Amino acid sequence: MMILQVQDVTKRFGGLQALTDVTFDLPEGQILGLIGPNGAGKTTLFNVINGVYAPNKGKIIFRGEDITGKPSYEVARRGMARAHQVVRPLHDLTVRENVMVGACFGREGHSLTQAAHKADAALAQVGLAARADQPSGLLNVAQKKRLELARALAARPFLLLLDEVLAGLNPTEISEMVDTILKIRDEGITILMIEHVMQAVMSISDRIIVLDYGQLIAAGKPEEVAANPQVIEAYLGDPEMTARLMGE
Amino acid sequence: MKSWRQPGFWLPLVIVFLWGGIVLVLRQDTVRETAFTVLMFMALASSLNILLGYTGYVSFGHIVFFGLGGYTGFYLISEQGWPLLPAALAGGALSGVIALLVGLAVLRLRGAYFALATIGINEAARAFVSNFGPFGGATGLFVNFSAYEKYGGAGQALWTTFTFLWITTLAVLVVSYLVKHSRFGLGLQAIREDEDAAMVMGVQAPRAKTITYVISAFFPGIIGTLYFFKNGNVEPGDAFQLHMSIEMLVMVMLGGMGTVLGPMVGATAYQGLRGYLLTSPIFKDLHLAVAGLILLLIILFVPAGAVGWVRGRLPALRRVLE
Repeated sequence: MMILQVQDVTKRFGGLQALTDVTFDLPEGQILGLIGPNGAGKTTLFNVINGVYAPNKGKIIFRGEDITGKPSYEVARRGMARAHQVVRPLHDLTVRENVMVGACFGREGHSLTQAAHKADAALAQVGLAARADQPSGLLNVAQKKRLELARALAARPFLLLLDEVLAGLNPTEISEMVDTILKIRDEGITILMIEHVMQAVMSISDRIIVLDYGQLIAAGKPEEVAANPQVIEAYLGDPEMTARLMGE
Repeated sequence: MKSWRQPGFWLPLVIVFLWGGIVLVLRQDTVRETAFTVLMFMALASSLNILLGYTGYVSFGHIVFFGLGGYTGFYLISEQGWPLLPAALAGGALSGVIALLVGLAVLRLRGAYFALATIGINEAARAFVSNFGPFGGATGLFVNFSAYEKYGGAGQALWTTFTFLWITTLAVLVVSYLVKHSRFGLGLQAIREDEDAAMVMGVQAPRAKTITYVISAFFPGIIGTLYFFKNGNVEPGDAFQLHMSIEMLVMVMLGGMGTVLGPMVGATAYQGLRGYLLTSPIFKDLHLAVAGLILLLIILFVPAGAVGWVRGRLPALRRVLE
């Protein structure tokens, strides 16, 4: 069953064509990697999928329901959660209270008391349980990324959008985060992730799609995508030149 | 969360309850007048804090709800012969309805644009009331002295008004605490920190902001009715004073925005200072300039306000100083 279907999505900002006829399907239970050079439109695609922007053309179908143009809070309530690229926790609240926002207003809409339990479970899942009572402003970057993930998880989503959760982490932190993401997938949550850390995204994605200048230029298994000349060109420029450099 | 077991819930209520009770027992007019002013600003600042402190939306023209609600309540008392209590509630209800209509339009704006729009609303309301026949136009309305008869004469009416204000202040503090500690309030605080992220987490921001705006407008409408009834007249210049809006902001910021106790502390401290400045030969014409300076210094150096600062320094007191 397809949990998410993106059909011919086009988004323009004034004269800038951010997305052109993007179409792809995401089957339930998979990890789909979304890669592409800076400015390719990856975050814009996320924003269109979860209702921050309405597309100029095209449809977003989530669990069989057309959610095109619905505001982001309506999309969230239907079971789509998102961890942001730029982490902005609610500084004055504790780590637990931050995660409770996800549980209270997510798919299951818990009361405060229930949300506190859900929050603790989500914090344990991402390895932040020890910091539950600290003000969230005191966390370091890696911990804030985990907090962002816990907030999304506490909403008990069907689909999780991860926007560069590995960026800015050191190699140890990356491998810990990758383990966490795989565990989340194993619980049955479908994941769509934007990532620049190639080794990680290649190793954990079931499939990968590549965006360049707002267009989908490749889709397939990680090894197919990595060998695709168009993808290499998008990232590195001239494929022949790249092959020569790699050969040396 | 059992609110009634939390010291942070009781502390502000006990203070206001005892203070008002003592004033009623002492039964001295001067003590009552001082308490009336301070309680009024406590309740106004706390109402503003429900919007400003919890959602982070700066309403620069919040006094418009005091003015419009006050005018409505006063009109019902002086022209229609309503008793004080239903008239005050009607004044609050009208302010709430106006906030609902205005909110649907201006709560789409963020930051400075919202603040500017609220100033515009205050000025528009003043202009409208100044030309509105039933409200007496520019000269305003007066209460017929016989209206006080129902309350056992003018002197007794002032005590009744004070008692109503005292209860209103307690009600504002209860609502402020309950909003802060509810699921709804958690959503508001998420909006304050990052509205887009809050919506992505499922917070229905447009609806939540509108409800909050209505709550924070309702109480000033009641307080306005009580205040003008006590004064015996209402006119546009008194009802829509922009500087009172700014003083409310100073009180909230001084005590600590986003806390229940903060606006109480801020209102008391500011009124104390204002009393000193108005009677001081050097500063008597400068009290607003001093208020502006205080606001600037707080925002620069203690943005969390007095209560927020103590909470930050002494985490052990967090459950007491809400």
